[in-house]
Amino acid sequence: MNCCRNSGQNTGYLKAGLSAAWPICLGFVPIGLSLGVLAQKGGLIPWQIAVMSVLVFAGSSQFIAVAMIGGGASIPAIVATTFVVNLRHLLMSSALAVHFQGVSRRFLVLFAYGVTDESFAANMARFTSGEWDRRSALTLNQLTNAIWIISTVAGAYLGQFIPAGAFGIDYALTGMFICLLVFQLRNRIFAITAVISTICSLLAYIWLPGNIYVIVASCLAATAGFLLKRIWRSRVVL
Amino acid sequence: MNSRDYLYLVLAMGAVTYLPRMLPLVLLSRRKLPVWLAEWLELIPAAILSALIAPAIFAQSNPRVITFGKPELIAAIPTLLFALKTRSLAGTVLIGMFCYWLAVTFL
Repeated sequence: MNCCRNSGQNTGYLKAGLSAAWPICLGFVPIGLSLGVLAQKGGLIPWQIAVMSVLVFAGSSQFIAVAMIGGGASIPAIVATTFVVNLRHLLMSSALAVHFQGVSRRFLVLFAYGVTDESFAANMARFTSGEWDRRSALTLNQLTNAIWIISTVAGAYLGQFIPAGAFGIDYALTGMFICLLVFQLRNRIFAITAVISTICSLLAYIWLPGNIYVIVASCLAATAGFLLKRIWRSRVVL
Repeated sequence: MNSRDYLYLVLAMGAVTYLPRMLPLVLLSRRKLPVWLAEWLELIPAAILSALIAPAIFAQSNPRVITFGKPELIAAIPTLLFALKTRSLAGTVLIGMFCYWLAVTFL
C-alpha cells in the first residue's frame, strides 16, 4: 500500500495514532461492555455480538438493533433504522474528504470503515491543526475498532460484574467532545455556529424521533454560519 | 431469529452503515471542491460536536425534555474552562470524569 512507502520513522505515525486513540478507547470500553451485556440478555451469543461489531461498528445503532431484535422487529425495519441512525456519517466523511485529496482508493475504502463520531472528531481536530498524518488517522480508526469489538464481546461474558458508572467513566466521551469542540473554535464564526447548533440540536432532539437531530442541527447551523460569514464579508467589501 | 437470518441482518446493517461512510470520501477526494462547499464543510465539525454534546448535557432522554439540572451540565462547566485554558485533551477527559464523578456522588 502506498501509504507506507515514504516513512522515514515507521513507528512515529503509529505512536501518534495510539496516543490519540486512548481517550476514545476509555469511552468505548464501558459502552461496549454494556452493549455486550444487553445483547446477551436479548438472546444473542458472543459470536453473534462479535460479527455485529465487526460488520457494523456503530455504537448507537447497535444498541437500537439489539433492542429491536429483543422486541421481535423485522429485518427490514432494523436495517432501515440503522441506515437513518448512521446517515450522519455522510457529513463526517464529506468533511474528512478535504484532507484526503488524491489519496489512493484502497486507503480510503479501508479508512472509511472506521469513521465514527469519535474517530471523526479526534482526526478532524488534528488534521485542522496540520499536525496529522493519514496513517496515524488510520491507526486510530483501527485501534478504536479493535477495542470496540473486544469490549462488546467481553461484555457478554463479564459485563455484569462491573459496577455501573465507576470512576465517572461514563463522562469520558462527553469530556473528549467538549475539548475537541474547543479545538474547533478558531474564530467567532465557529463559536456562533456552535451556539446555533446547540440550540437547533436541543429543539430537534425534543421534536424529532431517533438521533436525526445530529444531521438536522449540523446542517442548519453550518448553513447559518456560512451565510453569516458571507454577509459579513460583503459588508467589508461595501 | 435463527443464525442465517441474523447473518443477513448484520450484513445489511453493515452495508447501510458503510456506504455513507465510504462514498463521500472516495467521490469527494477525487475532485476539487467548490469554494462554497469547502467553507460549509469547514463549519461542520464544530456543528456536529455541538449537536452531539447538547442533548447529553441539556436534556433528559426519557421523556425528551430540556433540563438545566443534570450532573453532566454541572461537570461540563469546569471541563469547558479547563479545555479553554490548557487545550489538553487527556487532561480535559480526566478532569471531566472527575468532575462528573463529584457531581454524581455529592449532589
